[in-house]
Amino acid sequence: MTEPAEEKTRSLAARRLPLAEPATQLARLHELRLPREFHDALGTAGLWPLRAERAQIFQINVGKLCNQTCRHCHVDAGPDRREVMTRETMEICLEALAKTSIPTVDITGGAPELNPDFRWLVEECRKLGRHVIDRCNLTILETPSHRDLPEFFAANQVEVICSLPHYARLSTDRQRGDGVYDKSIRALRRLNDVGYGEGELRLVLVTNPVGAFLPGEQAALEREWKRELERRHGVRFDALYCITNMPISRYLEWLESSDNLEGYMDELVRAFNPGAAAEVMCRSTISVGWDGTLFDCDFNQMLDMPVAGEAPRHVRDFDLEALEARSIAVDRHCFGCTAGAGSSCGGTTS
Amino acid sequence: MSHYYDHEDLAKFGEIGENAPELAEKFFEWYGAVFADGALTAREKSLIALAVAHAIQCPYCIDSYSKDCLRKGADMDQMTEAVHVAAALRGGASLVHGIQMRNRAGKLSM
Repeated sequence: MTEPAEEKTRSLAARRLPLAEPATQLARLHELRLPREFHDALGTAGLWPLRAERAQIFQINVGKLCNQTCRHCHVDAGPDRREVMTRETMEICLEALAKTSIPTVDITGGAPELNPDFRWLVEECRKLGRHVIDRCNLTILETPSHRDLPEFFAANQVEVICSLPHYARLSTDRQRGDGVYDKSIRALRRLNDVGYGEGELRLVLVTNPVGAFLPGEQAALEREWKRELERRHGVRFDALYCITNMPISRYLEWLESSDNLEGYMDELVRAFNPGAAAEVMCRSTISVGWDGTLFDCDFNQMLDMPVAGEAPRHVRDFDLEALEARSIAVDRHCFGCTAGAGSSCGGTTS
Repeated sequence: MSHYYDHEDLAKFGEIGENAPELAEKFFEWYGAVFADGALTAREKSLIALAVAHAIQCPYCIDSYSKDCLRKGADMDQMTEAVHVAAALRGGASLVHGIQMRNRAGKLSM
């Protein structure tokens, strides 16, 4: 059993570890003997090459700066990261978005709220009539300069998708650091107080397994979480998303140090689900990095794998038609999204 | 073979169907149905299985249901209590036979 994360844990980048480099992460995955490659698995499912479909989500990663340093973070985010999207790049994103009818803008990070232009971006997306999602770590709502965020979210009808590994304290603090659980519960109560979790203002919780195993059945866990968070803390929420941990970045570091990497990858490959593969989120997502580079998803973004082929590589050259005609760039980490019931930013996929 | 139990054998469980495939098919279908959500939740069933795994001391089952319990949202407190239930039953089963010992000894003694 792993020890709780120490508060002084730093990003791979700050520790100057070779694993901070995307190429090193991919190389470590390729050193493993796997039963088959991802493109072979897609081939047996009749999905190779994996093609994009109509874009439904415009995902913007506004930076790697975060107030937490979670052990499983696929972004390698933390207080020591300085990569933050500028207002200028946001303006280019908005120009691109305005040319489309993509209905949803999904804002992620890091802690996206730490970007100084976060609120401006949300308001501008709302002026364009788009549904806005904020991927929130909850504890940011407990910091002095962000305590009014619940009211801001409610005023802009932002869908708030929050990370919480478990409804019990021990498992949450083990993954995210000491004290995170209590702050998260206080933040959830404040979101409830302004009307979140009752259906109209949508509040979603996201759980990643606290260890080297796949998530459980989402519907069953949602029933249990709703019962337990209401009983223990009077907290209400609308839905629970179960997301598989991706074998990259700091979670990859933990898999290696705990001697779980080979077993975990083997489980992901053996659990390949053709139904989940057909529904992977990258097919209907356009993901913009903090510097404006375009990716198929946030995981490819962290592995420095931009969109492939003829599609434009930067949001300044945004061309929806070309992007919707692209083939998705895949590698071994993609088994994380196709294992078992599947995994996406919207939870299980099948 | 230098030992009886091998971790990698767990993933080969399905190979038992290479002989008597119809029996294996019936077993695995029934096994899956047993663990589905029913009057007991899948998580409760997994905790029962974890306890039984310790009672029958099957290392494959302990590996399998330790992971299954975590996946189904059980925490270490619940899993440890489940193991105590198994231990209590095993200890109690030994101890309650002491009554048989007392009966027998009582019959034989003056």
